[in-house]
Amino acid sequence: MLSVLFANPVYLSIAGVFGVLIVASVIVRIMRRNDTEGHYRELDARVKSWWFMIVIFSLAIVTSPVVSVIFFAFLSFLALKEYFSIIPLRKADRRALFWAYLAIPVQYYFVANGLYGLFIVFIPVWVFFLLPFRLIVAGQTDGFLNSVAKISWGLMIAVFAVSHAAMLMQYSKALQGHVGLIMFLAVLNQGNDVAQYVWGKLFGKTKIVPEVSPKKTWEGFMGGVMTTVVIAGLIYPLLTPFTFQFALLTGVLIAVTGFIGDVTFSALKRDLKIKDSGNLIPGHGGILDRIDSLSLTAPLFFHCVRYFYFVG
Amino acid sequence: MSAQKNKFDLPRQLFYVLIVRPVLMILLGLSARHLERLTVKPRHAIAANHNSHLDALVLMSLIKFRDIPKVKLVAAKDYFCRTPLRTWISTNLIGVIPIERSPKEGEDVLEPVKKAIEDGYTIVIFPEGTRGEPEKRQPLKYGIAKLVQEMLDITVTPVFMHGLGKSLPRGEALLVPFVCRVNVGEEIGWGGDRTAFIALLEKSLSELEKELDPKEWS
Repeated sequence: MLSVLFANPVYLSIAGVFGVLIVASVIVRIMRRNDTEGHYRELDARVKSWWFMIVIFSLAIVTSPVVSVIFFAFLSFLALKEYFSIIPLRKADRRALFWAYLAIPVQYYFVANGLYGLFIVFIPVWVFFLLPFRLIVAGQTDGFLNSVAKISWGLMIAVFAVSHAAMLMQYSKALQGHVGLIMFLAVLNQGNDVAQYVWGKLFGKTKIVPEVSPKKTWEGFMGGVMTTVVIAGLIYPLLTPFTFQFALLTGVLIAVTGFIGDVTFSALKRDLKIKDSGNLIPGHGGILDRIDSLSLTAPLFFHCVRYFYFVG
Repeated sequence: MSAQKNKFDLPRQLFYVLIVRPVLMILLGLSARHLERLTVKPRHAIAANHNSHLDALVLMSLIKFRDIPKVKLVAAKDYFCRTPLRTWISTNLIGVIPIERSPKEGEDVLEPVKKAIEDGYTIVIFPEGTRGEPEKRQPLKYGIAKLVQEMLDITVTPVFMHGLGKSLPRGEALLVPFVCRVNVGEEIGWGGDRTAFIALLEKSLSELEKELDPKEWS
């Protein structure tokens, strides 16, 4: 049993994540014991959803490369659908939206086959310049720029950005199975979200952007950065080929960009006058609420690693 | 057959649980509020707004597996029974009670519906009668008021649905995925007369719509 865990560092890190989850579940169970007014009900739902998400994610990344790509493609689909459902669009945009959805299988085909040249230009070049033509054919010019901008932004964050997490596979191949870097990114990104939340709850005082996200504080942010850097320093030998210094640097990068991604979506939701992007994940909200930080972190982490470590 | 004896209807149950529900969940994604209010019992109706052909399938896929045999849908005969194959699917799998939209003189179109209620089925009705302009609620028809008036003790659960009129509106064959949102209201009964009942139902649907605050086409 134990030898299986040590045979693959990804298994070991998954076991570590489950260990943390068990501890969190026990703590929440104890907190709820004296909780007659239901203050921690949402926290409880949140931890239960974490079990669900982590089981699915673990199965998706360890099964096979193809399953991993399908998992991320499906994540993109859910995110894009949620995005199109919460923003006001025009009836004339319907056909263009259909084409926008079709960009998902194409983009992930490039991921699955490691076609970097096409992967990197397909959405920002081909889709960006050609999709507006579908809107032109629809013939309604009122609100044209508005729709082009909304659809393009949605594709960038839900498809282009998320596909970068899957594309990390191409650079992990020779290392730890195919998912070492994906696991590294996922643990640090999601861990950073939780750490910023917990530090903020415990010590949060000084607000960073009160107009956008009143719960984001400097104390939470700094605590999150420190925690993420420490975790990066602990797990990098298992999952990455990085040097110690570079691992710490990526920890800072993931923590800071995660924060920026988080408040970017807070601004979007404020603009739309909604609290959550959906209610697919009890205690968390929608898919976009869960992957808001990832959509910014994944491409920036990817390009940092690619530039400094693999291409130069 | 009476709905109480009708404990199993495996083809219908499997059709919804293995085909309709998974396809709708993956393609559209259902997000329902107050689902616990969606009850199935004798002498009961579920009244929903109507945007799309998918309305009926979405509503049915929210019904629990064991309750599926006890629910029937009231739908237009001219659409659901256009061909023999469609008639078979509508009556045996979807669970439609087909009714005439343009009845002959002296014919009571609600006759089969009343019979289903007498038999103990919960019936699903779309009181707007037509899908109309997508996501714009149509004035409610009096058919439902007539039904409730003639069977004073039936109760009605109002349901508001949004998103399907964007995914598959009238006159479109291409399905574009949007999250489908459902809001179930508190049960209502006969308010005294037809106008009062219709007003009560309208009010409930408007409140459910307001609570969801759906994003319309701009």
